[in-house]
Amino acid sequence: MSVSVTEPSTAPTEQARTPLVKLIGVKKYFPITQGIIFQKKIGNVHAVDGVDLEVYPGETVGLVGETGCGKSTLARVIMRLYDATDGQILFDGQDITKAKGRELRVIRRNMQMIFQDPFASLNPRRTVGSIISEPFRLHKTTPKGGIKAEVQQLMELVGLTPEHYNRYPHEFSGGQRQRIGVARSLALRPRLIVCDEPVSALDVSIQAQILNLLEDLQEEFNLTYLFIAHDLSVVKHVSDRVAVMYLGKIVELASGVTLYQNPKHPYTGALLSAVPIPDPNLAARKKRIILEGDVPSPIDPPSGCRFHPRCPNAQFPICKEEEPQLEPQRPGQVVACHFPLPDRAIMEEGAEAPAG
Amino acid sequence: MPEPLLQVNDLKVHFPTDDGLVKAVDGISLQVMPGETLGVVGESGSGKSVSFLTVMGLITSKQAIIEGEVIFKGQDLLQVPPDEMRHVRGEKISMIFQDPMTSLHPFYKVGAQVGEAIRAHQKVSKKEAFDQAVEMLQRVGIPKPEERAAQYPHEFSGGMRQRAMIAMALSLNPDLLIADEPTTALDVTVQAQILDLIDRLREEFNASIVIITHDLGVVAEHCDHLQVMYAGKIVETGTADDIYYRPHHPYAWGLLGSITRLDEAQKERLRPIKGLPPSLIFVPPGCAFHPRCPYAFDKCKVDVPELLPVDGQHAAACHLPLADKQRIFAEEVAAR
Repeated sequence: MSVSVTEPSTAPTEQARTPLVKLIGVKKYFPITQGIIFQKKIGNVHAVDGVDLEVYPGETVGLVGETGCGKSTLARVIMRLYDATDGQILFDGQDITKAKGRELRVIRRNMQMIFQDPFASLNPRRTVGSIISEPFRLHKTTPKGGIKAEVQQLMELVGLTPEHYNRYPHEFSGGQRQRIGVARSLALRPRLIVCDEPVSALDVSIQAQILNLLEDLQEEFNLTYLFIAHDLSVVKHVSDRVAVMYLGKIVELASGVTLYQNPKHPYTGALLSAVPIPDPNLAARKKRIILEGDVPSPIDPPSGCRFHPRCPNAQFPICKEEEPQLEPQRPGQVVACHFPLPDRAIMEEGAEAPAG
Repeated sequence: MPEPLLQVNDLKVHFPTDDGLVKAVDGISLQVMPGETLGVVGESGSGKSVSFLTVMGLITSKQAIIEGEVIFKGQDLLQVPPDEMRHVRGEKISMIFQDPMTSLHPFYKVGAQVGEAIRAHQKVSKKEAFDQAVEMLQRVGIPKPEERAAQYPHEFSGGMRQRAMIAMALSLNPDLLIADEPTTALDVTVQAQILDLIDRLREEFNASIVIITHDLGVVAEHCDHLQVMYAGKIVETGTADDIYYRPHHPYAWGLLGSITRLDEAQKERLRPIKGLPPSLIFVPPGCAFHPRCPYAFDKCKVDVPELLPVDGQHAAACHLPLADKQRIFAEEVAAR
């Protein structure tokens, strides 16, 4: 589909398109303070630490990584729910890093978010109708045909019964609540939807329904998605390109199939080998890289390559001293690693043919 | 053939509520052999957790109407008085729960909590129990166990807490370990660590394991046998290969079609099961799955299908003729 960002040479036609979202060196640090009256800063949580990313209109970019890698923070920085510490965010060519007030409100109309927890992201004291129509009130717009008709149309679109307009969130199951969240995000017909772990709280059979719904809506409204999840198989399924994040940085970016066949970063390899495959024979042929321990603290990230303390291939001193930069491996794949994995490091050749 | 460690016969657990009788578990039979891993798969509300909470004696006849037999090492656990059950629970059967964030007490040190389990069953001093707890923490792969044992649960990450829970569950060397969604709240990388740990400990402690999960992917690599549950009943059972390569129940097809697969070469559309699981008060007549089943015919709406053997240990509860099942599976499910 689309071609990698940091690879200007490969596809001139792609270059002609402007990215819908462009991040240049985006950083977000949260200060850690000490003291009550005279607060003094004693450190920073380096949640997002220099991310470059381009998202083109109509594509789905997946963002995958473990808890605490900064993927949700990045989403919130793009949505301007957090102010970036450094760097630039361009939305449709316009610099929105410092936008505020009315200017910001106009931009927000074009970007909406779907949250992880359908139980916590809907106000329990408001009816579904009032939840879905909130964006119209906030932006002081009235759709053609009136708010109620529009809301009922939205409900139908996401597979809810329009007659349930006056019900409360507790009367719905988890999957239905997530549909309410989707309807709300669609209300203003945005161009970009940021999905933050939209299916991880749901049962598998319901997950599939929501993922199909998101695909249908993308086709119908020509939406662009930034899709965040910790489960690589879900991300690979929905995304045209996948960015793997570790401790605030993107370590690898490629199409889902390339990542599956030829992961280059050892962290991608480890993530890949951790994903359960619902096929006993195939699972047995998979090579395993089991990571030791947890993600290190982003307060004091490791020097050099941030992955070196957990990396099975780390070589010293280079990995500890020199930070690898994102470099192209093949068309459409960029990796930040001094010693990339060989091709077919995790799955054997031919392993993607459906078995059984 | 060796004696099964656990044999459940026609277990029913019904909860009386103001709205009617909730038939959470409606006649299930299963067995766990010594040293094997059994996977129990189903959606939320299929009765998988309730069945095993009943086996553990955590749901009793005070809360629910329980019928059937739970035979563990020749003894019917449903007939065992509560104070004797306390000795079975923990020493012989123990359980790991889904949410490691809430199943440890926030006010007590982790070592003390693991030690408490030991002290509840053995006459040892606090010091000895703590030392044993440290040893257990080491066996489940917690680095620097002496330091860690003196910390509080909030100082542990999710994966570490789940390890501590496993240490607690295994501290008395039980014969059966029930893991109820042990990895659902965890990252995939941590999930792989925990499942590997459970596998390793099964050999080390020579225990049988039951893994309860909603994700067919999780159990593919780790289970010998699988039970698929729907609306309080077992709809299909067999070896892992039976369920993944030759499933006979449309519900199992639906579960397989719902999973996003890493190994698909091109993007293919998922095939979810339509609709929602039924209310357990008004379970549909006939086959409980018929309102969601694309292949249902008249008989399905009236007759409850029995769990009939296909071959060996493979059995499924579905009215579809065998030839139709094989044809539909080959054409519509496996072809994807």
